[in-house]
Amino acid sequence: MGATVERKGKDTEMIEALQNLFWILIFPGFVFTVVVGLLATWVVRKVSALVQWRVGPPFYQPFVDVMKLAGKEVLIPEEAQRTLFIMAPVVGFAGILLLATMLWRIAIAPTQMFVGDVIVAIYLTVLPSLALILGSSASASPHASVGTSREMKLVMGYELPLVLAFIVVIVKTGGDLNLAAIAANTPILSISGALAFVVALLCIQAKLGFVPFDIAESETELASGVLIEYSGVLLAVWKLTQAMMLVALPLFLVMLFLGGFGPNVWAGLGKYVAILVLLILIKNTNPRLRIDQAMKFFWFYCGVALIVAVVLATIGNYYAIGWL
Amino acid sequence: MWSLKKSPWVFHVNLGACNNCDIEIVDLLTPKFDVERLGIKLVGSPRHADALLVTGVGTKQAVIRLREVYRQTPKPCVVFLIGACACGTGIFHPGYHVAGPIDKIIRQEDPDAIIAYVPGCPPKPEAMISGVVKALSVLQ
Repeated sequence: MGATVERKGKDTEMIEALQNLFWILIFPGFVFTVVVGLLATWVVRKVSALVQWRVGPPFYQPFVDVMKLAGKEVLIPEEAQRTLFIMAPVVGFAGILLLATMLWRIAIAPTQMFVGDVIVAIYLTVLPSLALILGSSASASPHASVGTSREMKLVMGYELPLVLAFIVVIVKTGGDLNLAAIAANTPILSISGALAFVVALLCIQAKLGFVPFDIAESETELASGVLIEYSGVLLAVWKLTQAMMLVALPLFLVMLFLGGFGPNVWAGLGKYVAILVLLILIKNTNPRLRIDQAMKFFWFYCGVALIVAVVLATIGNYYAIGWL
Repeated sequence: MWSLKKSPWVFHVNLGACNNCDIEIVDLLTPKFDVERLGIKLVGSPRHADALLVTGVGTKQAVIRLREVYRQTPKPCVVFLIGACACGTGIFHPGYHVAGPIDKIIRQEDPDAIIAYVPGCPPKPEAMISGVVKALSVLQ
């Protein structure tokens, strides 16, 4: 009697392990997010091209870019820290893969959630930026070190407003730390929520490294600052990480502010595409900021706006006024 | 390398040119000619590049740097020599500052380098596009 119960336990364990592997590696994890991310990269390039009255690349262009990079030789500078140089893109990739898998799972089938998964998600969004800083500081190049210092200052600039914006959302939804429960509300339909959404959108723009905040990887100033010494497969991993950030971060915004990916897949897709279009439009209509202008923007303007939003949200929550 | 043909990322190297060819290269990368259709993207670091767009006659100081830049470009890569000066020193042949035609220096560095010539003074952007497309189509 005891022996059969034990065997059944081991079988379901193995099935569960295989299922988890499938979720992480194929759907909705690695393969699915990479495909959607490279398609989203193509959408960004194509819409930028159309805004500039030209034709733009064919839809398979980002896929071909990554394939080509994977086939080139990897050159590591002599004075670089080899271990950190190679591990940094892998760590960033792992972080964003975990975030993307978690968000898709909660969006599609919110059965296996746990309290506090918002905090895990916020923590995981820091990992790719941290990996970029580590990788470029291991590069042993003066261009890369300037890129590192700029990226560090940028991260210090936008992390606080981003976390404050998420706190506004948590306050508005009544202190629930459960991503599935938060995704059921739409905080954007209130003053504090709209303020927090605008600030969060600009922080996402900085995290993705889009103009006006592509200070770290500025091509013309720094010869590709942070990634200057990367080539071949390692650069391909960075490009994949950037593509996956283009999926995970707007999806995170959709789940926090716009009412989740929802049971209706087309509505969720529409919300995601709307955020993507906003990012592209901001990208194409603005010049690049200097690092001190960017820090002043995030700390003084976004910070003040968010303090107002937090106060309004707390008052709204206390007196049960929905639109504050 | 099929994917190399579809997505050649270029890095521009000026080895002592009069800037005429460089201006034409920059014109090429503007929205008017739209080389992003062909997958061509200007990158800021030779380590990201697949094609080097080399202009200029190759002065003594510049060829030292050219050897470094060529070594930093991950193989397989193509070198495009843009302009009459790059193709074979042009009108600066008897100059005291000329350190030899660039293809000779690159072959010293790497005997089986892939080199394509786009002559002209300066070559029109259309000529450069046609040169790039022809070179990529004979690559295997």
